[in-house]
Amino acid sequence: MQGRSWIQNLTLAVVVAFGLAACAKSEPPKPAAPAPAPVAKAEPLKVGFIYVGPVGDAGWTYAHDLGRKAVEAKYGDKVKTSFVEKVAEGPDAERVIRDLVAQGNKVIFATSFGFGDSMEKVAKDHPEVYFEHATGFKTAPNLRNYEGRFYEDAYLAGVLAGAVTKSNIIGFVGSFPIPEVLRNINAFTLGARSVNPKVKTKVVWISAWFDPSKETEAAQSLINQGADVLLQNTDSTAVLQTAEKNGKFAFGWDSDMSAFAPKAHLASCALNWGPYYVKAVGDVLDKTWKVENTKWGVKEGLTEFVKVNDSVPPAAKAKLDEAKAFLVANPGAVYRGPIKDNTGKEVLAAGVVGDDKFKGEMNFYVEGVEGKVPAGK
Amino acid sequence: MNEIALLVAATLAAGTPLALAGLGLLVNERAGVVNLGAEGMMAIAAVTGFAAAYLTGSDWLGFAAGAAAGAAAASIFGWLALWLYTNQYATGLALSLFGAGFSAFVGTGYVGKNLERTTISGIPGLRDLPLLGPALFRQHAMVYLSIALMAAIAWFFYRTRAGLVLRSVGEAPDSAHALGYPVRRIRMAAVLAGGALCGVSGAYLSIIYAPMWVEGMIAGRGWIALALTVFATWRPARVLLGAYLFGGVTMLQLHLQGMGVQVPLQFMSMLPYLSTVVVLVVISRDPLWIRLNMPASLGKTFHPGS
Repeated sequence: MQGRSWIQNLTLAVVVAFGLAACAKSEPPKPAAPAPAPVAKAEPLKVGFIYVGPVGDAGWTYAHDLGRKAVEAKYGDKVKTSFVEKVAEGPDAERVIRDLVAQGNKVIFATSFGFGDSMEKVAKDHPEVYFEHATGFKTAPNLRNYEGRFYEDAYLAGVLAGAVTKSNIIGFVGSFPIPEVLRNINAFTLGARSVNPKVKTKVVWISAWFDPSKETEAAQSLINQGADVLLQNTDSTAVLQTAEKNGKFAFGWDSDMSAFAPKAHLASCALNWGPYYVKAVGDVLDKTWKVENTKWGVKEGLTEFVKVNDSVPPAAKAKLDEAKAFLVANPGAVYRGPIKDNTGKEVLAAGVVGDDKFKGEMNFYVEGVEGKVPAGK
Repeated sequence: MNEIALLVAATLAAGTPLALAGLGLLVNERAGVVNLGAEGMMAIAAVTGFAAAYLTGSDWLGFAAGAAAGAAAASIFGWLALWLYTNQYATGLALSLFGAGFSAFVGTGYVGKNLERTTISGIPGLRDLPLLGPALFRQHAMVYLSIALMAAIAWFFYRTRAGLVLRSVGEAPDSAHALGYPVRRIRMAAVLAGGALCGVSGAYLSIIYAPMWVEGMIAGRGWIALALTVFATWRPARVLLGAYLFGGVTMLQLHLQGMGVQVPLQFMSMLPYLSTVVVLVVISRDPLWIRLNMPASLGKTFHPGS
């Protein structure tokens, strides 16, 4: 008994040692090899992307992948891009990022908030690689952030919703009550009430980013309570399809979803990452890369309001164009006082524009949204 | 009033997949077999059914493909558990895990695909009744079929000789074997029927309810269906009622949110399991109760000739 367990331990130790040796053998030479010639002309710049979802999700990840393709189209054989899809946020992400570095990628884009910690760790170990984190906030000498002013699209959707609603009730299917999502709910409501002050917004939370059945149930529940225009901060096409089934209106989110609901689809709040990815890769090619926090919106074309339905009346379209022009002239000015929360308290005084802190810590509903923000994040 | 009618309608739609799967599991549990693979069978059927509906354009072919896929997955379980005498619980769990991975693997090409949908017309004539029309008569045919299925299964269990044989196999397989009944084949038939119904349930989710295919879309409904058979103390009508109860709780919670009342979603998703544990405690405390309700050989491996 004693002997056998001793032999077992030895075997285990040998196996582990071999395993470690194998890992160690494969890792160090690779990052060392491309280091001497960082951006040699003959060799293409390798650019790696890591995605949180599948590229076929017709939403968030799909939009990022279109951006990757824009980089390929722009720089041709000067770059070589690759991606890893469906990477779980957490420890797995770090392994994938290290793997991309080991494969010789010199620029790495991580496209979800939860990749932040992993990016930071790997960035520290690989100062020769440029790291770009979407929707993040951490920076390092070789790590920077980029983000869209998504709420500008939500505001434009609100303008259209306010103009076409007949019941004066609009609905929002939310994922989790975090500032990013609350910004969109509030922008949607502010947009709607800018053209139609009688509008009320009903919100239903489903505690998921991607659960088509739950999204369907939530959308149906909002429609049952009289909402006739819906927006969602979830990632599938289910809300749009539910609106189509019920003869109501809704919007696409993250990418052009017009194909999923020809009648219900008022427009899509699409994300066009291409221009940013082209610029970021260009920065590296031209050696002008520096640490920044980029936030682009309607003006820069990162958030695009696309495929407005032909059935939208001209008066509503005119209001939409007006709002678009306003956002192009005043980027980020969706949150401009006076703004009250839905208990009547003033959160922004007249003329004041909400700063990053105001937007980053948002935890209230603006006037016109029904109910209370659920406690706990 | 109209809102309540619509809430009832949404509850029927949400309860139907649970009812279909629950009734299927009821059939194989009444024959003495526990198949914890419901979640996996539903996932495999959901992707197969979606693919068939997408490629042929026919929902009903999609349902047929879903049923076939569910039965095929169940046959693996049946072969392992009935002929190779593997532990039913472990085999079922393995099937659930296998189904989740397998469906994701074969389904990658169907993520983000769109089914051409026609609006659900409901029952002509009755659909325009005030209140009752929107509440009850504007559903997909599968909703009504699941109610008919419940009645058919109840009739089969308690009014036919074959149903009596099936239940006796679940109660006392050794006696049934001694009387000359092919216990394993009867159990296999029950397992296949259970798999086919779980398959229809999965196909309903991906073809009608969502309607789309995406990895992980069953989202625990197979486990709720398993809990449902216990919650219903293995009675068909109670399975149906339980399904509407669990479906209704979800819809009510979303409805209350829309009205501005906050109910924690996490608590609601816990409720089916919590109530199942309560039912289990109640019926298990009394030996007579448990004997009257639970199939006596449930989950036990049957060795013919031992």
